[in-house]
Amino acid sequence: MTAALTGLIVVPLAWATLAFLLGPGRGAVPAIVALGIQLGLAVNLAHGVAVEGTLVHPVGGWGAPLGIDLAVDGLSAAMLLLTQAIALPLAVYARAYFKADDPAGRHFWPLAGFLIAGLNALFLAADLFNLYVTLELVGLAAVGLVAAGGGAPQVAAALRYLFATLLGSGAYLLAVALVYGAYGTVSIATLLPLVTAEAPRLVWIAGALAGVGLALKTALFPFHFWLPPAHGSAPAPVSALLSALVVKASFYLILRLWLGPFAPLAAVADWLPATLGAAAIFWGSWQAIRAVKLKRLIAYSTVAQLGYLFLIFPLLAQTGALQAGIMQVFAHGLAKAGMFAAAGVMIKATGQDTVAGLAGVVERLPLTLFAFGLAGMTLMGLPPSSGFLAKWLLIEAALAQGAWVIAIVALAGGLLAAIYVFRVLRQAFLLAPAGGDVAPVPRTLEWTAFALSAASVLLGLRGVELMQLVGGGG
Amino acid sequence: MIASTGMIFAVTGAVLFALGVAGVVLIDHLLRRILAFNLMGSGIFLILVGLAQRHDVPDPVPQAMVLTGIVVAVAATALALALVRKLHALSGRLTLPGDGE
Amino acid sequence: MKRLAVVTAALAFTVALIAAMLELETSPIDLRGPVAAQLAASGVDHPVTAVLLNYRGYDTLLEIAVLLLGVLVILAVGVDRPAARTEQPDPLLETLVRLALPLMVVVAVYLLWAGAFRPGGAFQAGAVLAAAAVLRHLAGLQAGWAAPGLRLRLGLVAGFVVFLAVAAALLPQGALLQYPPAQAGMLILVIEAALTVSLGLILAGLFLFLSP
Repeated sequence: MTAALTGLIVVPLAWATLAFLLGPGRGAVPAIVALGIQLGLAVNLAHGVAVEGTLVHPVGGWGAPLGIDLAVDGLSAAMLLLTQAIALPLAVYARAYFKADDPAGRHFWPLAGFLIAGLNALFLAADLFNLYVTLELVGLAAVGLVAAGGGAPQVAAALRYLFATLLGSGAYLLAVALVYGAYGTVSIATLLPLVTAEAPRLVWIAGALAGVGLALKTALFPFHFWLPPAHGSAPAPVSALLSALVVKASFYLILRLWLGPFAPLAAVADWLPATLGAAAIFWGSWQAIRAVKLKRLIAYSTVAQLGYLFLIFPLLAQTGALQAGIMQVFAHGLAKAGMFAAAGVMIKATGQDTVAGLAGVVERLPLTLFAFGLAGMTLMGLPPSSGFLAKWLLIEAALAQGAWVIAIVALAGGLLAAIYVFRVLRQAFLLAPAGGDVAPVPRTLEWTAFALSAASVLLGLRGVELMQLVGGGG
Repeated sequence: MIASTGMIFAVTGAVLFALGVAGVVLIDHLLRRILAFNLMGSGIFLILVGLAQRHDVPDPVPQAMVLTGIVVAVAATALALALVRKLHALSGRLTLPGDGE
Repeated sequence: MKRLAVVTAALAFTVALIAAMLELETSPIDLRGPVAAQLAASGVDHPVTAVLLNYRGYDTLLEIAVLLLGVLVILAVGVDRPAARTEQPDPLLETLVRLALPLMVVVAVYLLWAGAFRPGGAFQAGAVLAAAAVLRHLAGLQAGWAAPGLRLRLGLVAGFVVFLAVAAALLPQGALLQYPPAQAGMLILVIEAALTVSLGLILAGLFLFLSP
């Protein structure tokens, strides 16, 4: 299992460097091969955790608190699995998406490699300062992917994203500095027994700072302002990676801190994330319903769906709530990746990016539209998709603890999602095309989009193992 | 309340951090926002180093953390400056569109 | 209005933070003891270098990746370099720089070697090398860099690759990046040497890729 754990960090760093050495536009094939290997390693690791429990790897042989520890438990193993499972189809998609002379595609591979390496390193880190470095690796790679080869709106969106992410990591770093000042260590395992409800005031400030900083990076309402421009103007594979994985990384960190070192302090304010999450659901859905451009609609949908993740915080006394959150992470990740992929195909084919311009697309791109529909099914929470399973677990946990408001918000969110999903589908099913031909699109793009969306639905049928992985080890 | 050197650094760091964050949020001009971000970073490093000097022999771990933090801040600043250059070349602006947020 | 709200919040936060810092007591864990105790096995004599390249070397590995990423993004964004300068370089500056450059290289090598037992090391040495390259550019002796060719790319990644290779190669005998105490000093020196070259190129690149 140690080989799988370290491999998941070393392998992506290696192929990112190789892709950079090979030169602009190259590196797709090593990336896809390596991602296949990484997926195997992640499956191996998840299996190992399910059988043997948490594994800790002391880097340098020193062990915390002197050295840095890497640790994998059920939660980390699940996030690693999701990352490789989404990155591999998106890599295949990206290879077909970027034409040879596309300026956005010239440096996609090394940037994506560092992004995935950073994500893997983040999910495996058990040291607060190491987490800061991985957060920066992920954030800067994401900004680079958004900005690469773009025009003025794209660069402006990347700059806005950059400032938001730097503010977020800065607040988090200050929190780490304050925790070190108070306790003399930044190792999560060492901190667990030290932090009590009588922690010095400095630790409370640190907790608030970390919460705000990471909420800014997760685009929780009202810190979501940077997400729609960034995810809406980036190329489709980049938007997919960002919406499906990057925002989930900071959410994972919030969860890890909430359940770990800051647990005694967190009980005070657990209604706050839920309230903001509810606001995110309503605001994001409303903006999605009103959006003119297709990718902007999908980006606002991300804002709304991220709200679901924060509804679980008041309910975390029950294991079912954590499982609901992770199932939602998986459901949204797969569905949003598939949706952005499908949108990329439709935009490439019709040559324009508005919802209105999708009229009549169903005749030429039935598979893509089916993919979009399946993804929409997961977002709406229709059975048997994983989105339905996630909402079911959430509502069950909410009703078990008497929080019927949360259950109502979850159901309302599903209805709102239906409105904006059907907006797109209805437009695509109109008989008369808006005008202009539909350009041919490589089949690989359609099939990878379909694979991701179908996975999000099929996961609902096989969700039990995932829940056991998270519930047992996490 | 002992005003040791370490505490002076830490208090200054806190002030710089707040100034930097206020700057990034409020200032519209992009180059000045980048400067504000660097101010914020320097504030955090001062706090780290200041709290490390509370002991008679300084603690080496926060100092190594600050070295790492400086490198990361340099990379982020260079990235931000390149993006601002590109935005200026493409659009002639030095503020972000949309009420300069 | 927003201005007032942000300034008030910042003020309140600063006061709260300072008050909280002033009432801080000693921390339960003091890492100075373990750092000093294990210093003999770490391969270097200076505690900060030991933390940076041995105890918490994994942070340093990822931070080199972040720097490399910075250069990568600058190349990816594709900033147009300004047109070449037409004015004559100042002969006084040029002579001064020609005299200073070998000295700067010597200082960089010294800093690299001295890092084992006093403040110094790969980052400081790399920064001096990068400053030398920028000085050359400012004196007109060095043109800005176009998109990097294979040799420059190899130079940029060399330090990171060496570090990663050593870290991974040590894996079968123990943990990631676990130096055997006997060879720790030599391995750290090799890694730092490769890092110095790469860091010099990366930091110089952050400037020169955007210059005429």
